Amino acid sequence: MLTYIKVFLVGGLLCAIGEALILKTKLTPARILVTYITAGVVLSAVGLYAPLVRFASAGATVPLTGFGHALAQGAISGVQENGLLGAFTGGLSATAGGIAAAIFFGFLAAMFFKPQPKD
Amino acid sequence: MDKNQQTDRKAALEHYAELVHRFTPKSHLAQGCLRAFWVGGSICMLGQAIADVGASWLKLTTTSSLMLASVVLVFLTALLTGIGIFDKIAQYAGAGTVVPITGFANAMVSPAMEFKPEGWVLGTGARLFTIAGPVLVFGISSSVVVGVLYYFIRW
Repeated sequence: MLTYIKVFLVGGLLCAIGEALILKTKLTPARILVTYITAGVVLSAVGLYAPLVRFASAGATVPLTGFGHALAQGAISGVQENGLLGAFTGGLSATAGGIAAAIFFGFLAAMFFKPQPKD
Repeated sequence: MDKNQQTDRKAALEHYAELVHRFTPKSHLAQGCLRAFWVGGSICMLGQAIADVGASWLKLTTTSSLMLASVVLVFLTALLTGIGIFDKIAQYAGAGTVVPITGFANAMVSPAMEFKPEGWVLGTGARLFTIAGPVLVFGISSSVVVGVLYYFIRW
């Protein structure tokens, strides 16, 4: 149960920061996504994000910063296993599931559903 | 209306606009953040529940079960976007749905669906990446930089 509270608090906090950024800085949601993923890569590279994942689990991996974290950790372990080539293969290998799922399910949804009329 | 009245009116409108500006953002900010907080937090808890199911029923490792959570959330988002429910939640929750992986999935499905009339290739196929493209460009590029730096420095 305690895990779920930590997940809720950390995940919620990351979203609330995003909302504050949207309202205060006029950043568009697209820029928020790019900012979060890049921030995740940087925070992960300097070793700050892994402790957050240990603490809050899905609360840290479900937000886009977690996607950045997976990319960075993938690149690092790629280098450990395959040298310099791993810098190029590691990030995508680690996130392949999420990316392929987004492409596939996104394509399927667009195929089967019609856009809703905007009111 | 003579000139004087007009300037009075203009001054009053400006004063009013200033008051609106001074008083609304704060409550908007607090309300928006609160909504983003509880919806975003709940989405993450749903992710945790999926991960826990993956770990106990499918005997996945921690990393794999968290990846499973992302995949299932992406699937749910695509479905809810398709039937038009996601947009309603997003309108209420703001960043609460944008910041989690659901925002990434929604940003792919929405334009892909909307531009379907432009064809399968340049409509759906290309528009899937309107927002996902930049996200992947910056995410992947920065991860390559991290990997190359790690190769030379090994911290």
